[in-house]
Amino acid sequence: MLRYVRRRLAMLLGIVFVISVGSFYLIHLLPGDPAAVILGTGDTPANRALLYRQLGLNRPLVDQYFIWLGHILHGNFGISFISQTSVWSTIRAALPIDLELIVLSQILAFAIAIPLAMRSARKPDGILDRILGAGSFTLLSIPPFIVIVLLVLIVSIKLGVSNTGPSSYVSLGSDWVVNLESLSLPALTLAIGSFVIYYRVLRSDLIATLQEEFITVARSKGLTRRRIMWIHAFRPSSVALLGTAGVNIGGLLASGFVVEYLLAIPGLGYTLIAAINNSDYLLVQGIVLVVSVGVVVINFLFDFVVNLVDPRISRE
Amino acid sequence: MSLLDVQNLSVTLHTPHGDLPAVADVSLSVGAEETLGIVGESGSGKTMLARSIMGLLPRARASASGSVKLKGVEMVGARASDLRRLWATEVAMIFQDPMTALNPVMRVGRQIDETLRVRLGLSRSAARARAIELLEMVGIPSPEKRYAAYPGQLSGGMRQRVVIAMALAASPSLILADEPTTGLDVTIQAQILNLLDELQARLHTSMILITHDLGVVATRTSHLAVMYAGRIVETGTTRDVFARHRMPYTRALLESSPRVSNPAHTRLTAIPGRPPNLLRLGEGCAFAPRCGFASERCHRERPELSVPDESSHAFACFNPLEVGR
Repeated sequence: MLRYVRRRLAMLLGIVFVISVGSFYLIHLLPGDPAAVILGTGDTPANRALLYRQLGLNRPLVDQYFIWLGHILHGNFGISFISQTSVWSTIRAALPIDLELIVLSQILAFAIAIPLAMRSARKPDGILDRILGAGSFTLLSIPPFIVIVLLVLIVSIKLGVSNTGPSSYVSLGSDWVVNLESLSLPALTLAIGSFVIYYRVLRSDLIATLQEEFITVARSKGLTRRRIMWIHAFRPSSVALLGTAGVNIGGLLASGFVVEYLLAIPGLGYTLIAAINNSDYLLVQGIVLVVSVGVVVINFLFDFVVNLVDPRISRE
Repeated sequence: MSLLDVQNLSVTLHTPHGDLPAVADVSLSVGAEETLGIVGESGSGKTMLARSIMGLLPRARASASGSVKLKGVEMVGARASDLRRLWATEVAMIFQDPMTALNPVMRVGRQIDETLRVRLGLSRSAARARAIELLEMVGIPSPEKRYAAYPGQLSGGMRQRVVIAMALAASPSLILADEPTTGLDVTIQAQILNLLDELQARLHTSMILITHDLGVVATRTSHLAVMYAGRIVETGTTRDVFARHRMPYTRALLESSPRVSNPAHTRLTAIPGRPPNLLRLGEGCAFAPRCGFASERCHRERPELSVPDESSHAFACFNPLEVGR
């Protein structure tokens, strides 16, 4: 087990390094120049050259990368050229919003997907299974940016539920009720996408597990159906579910960014899009690094949980 | 009154290709501390019979008629909750394949003490102690350590011992052992069978031992039933069936198993043809197409299982073999 964790950790470092290089070069490929944003009307070739020297932008890209990496390794994300504020403090203010959004959406998604998959798998091709199959497929085919717009249209505008529309975000610390209200529609939007995937993965694995001989053995012990479903069938069926969840949460950040942007929720997505528009290199790099490390760590954690759930995996 | 009394049990499986008579008109009984052997080829309905005696077949895919009485309690058509009360405590099953019969993600000890805790209401620690006792009883070395093992960490023979311990956990009056050694090495087979014998004697349980291997049942059972195409075609005391079998199929089975008394390099006799397709059974005796003694009547009409004399030896054949042939 320990060897497995060590191997995975080494892999994790490698992945993060590759991502940091990639994100660094990609942002420099984008059109736009921080000098233009900072200098505004004073944008003359002389000023620009001076500013480049001050910011270190006149150096070769490889040098710039290693200078940045050196600072990052010392925990220094730098000061934004544009806003003159610490990149880390900006990220620290925005990150909890995304974390809250993801946690809320995942709780919702699992809370709906697991019981429904259990029900469906008990009678494959039964009425409930067919309805859920068709329904989930329909939901899967609607992208999140449409879902959020529809939800806002119906819930906030037609039904007039307060604090659910755009720009109604309040931080968790100041008023948790309004905070939950303001994040309810984004969380629901993200939950719908996740629910469909989780439901389908778990359902098909459960159906396969229920065919296994050890389920018949469990029945022959006189256990109740409920116990068989939850104790004997659920755990061996949840391996693919956990793996999928790990990958899905990474993708969820992207959908989350769009939803944040649409509702003006000041999370990482909103901040990132603003930073790209301003050519705020350090902020973009910082956010990309934090997000990618986050995704890699989340996947690592889920892999780890899968190992705990199914002892066959780390042994092989 | 016998412990288990099966009368005219028939089971129809509903398959995508049509209804299949997996078990047809089977009657048998098992007395206290008795062992009944059921033998037959693969596909003769042995496993189906065992599962339908238990009532384990899924109701959506199988329908049973007739009667299965365990200690006088009718099990055919009983409510699921009533069956659950009988399972493990009155009748338990030892499953065929130890590789698939254990939950791969649950520690084996937990799989044993689950029965004790859920069905007998034992406390966690009492169940654990009893489970370790059971592991020891089925001959698993260092049972405290094995208690925490996952099935994948045990060999096939060890797993089958766990399966046996699981079946014995709640001290059932009747054990259905469905080919308990088929998945194991020959050397382990004898160990497991001897273990079953020993445990049965010690715990005073009755047993139905299902196998395709006549060598297995010869010395371990008091009575024998030979199955073919879902029916019992010959039944009697083990001694009678071996020494005075009347049904040609029984003889064919006997001749197809190797014997130590045969001279070296004796060819084994195979039964010609294949077991019948149960979806397309004709009017006559199901064995007739493969039988060297079949007459025209055999193809037209099915012989009933009957006892011609005062013994308990019954067979279903129009052209029975002479005794002693």
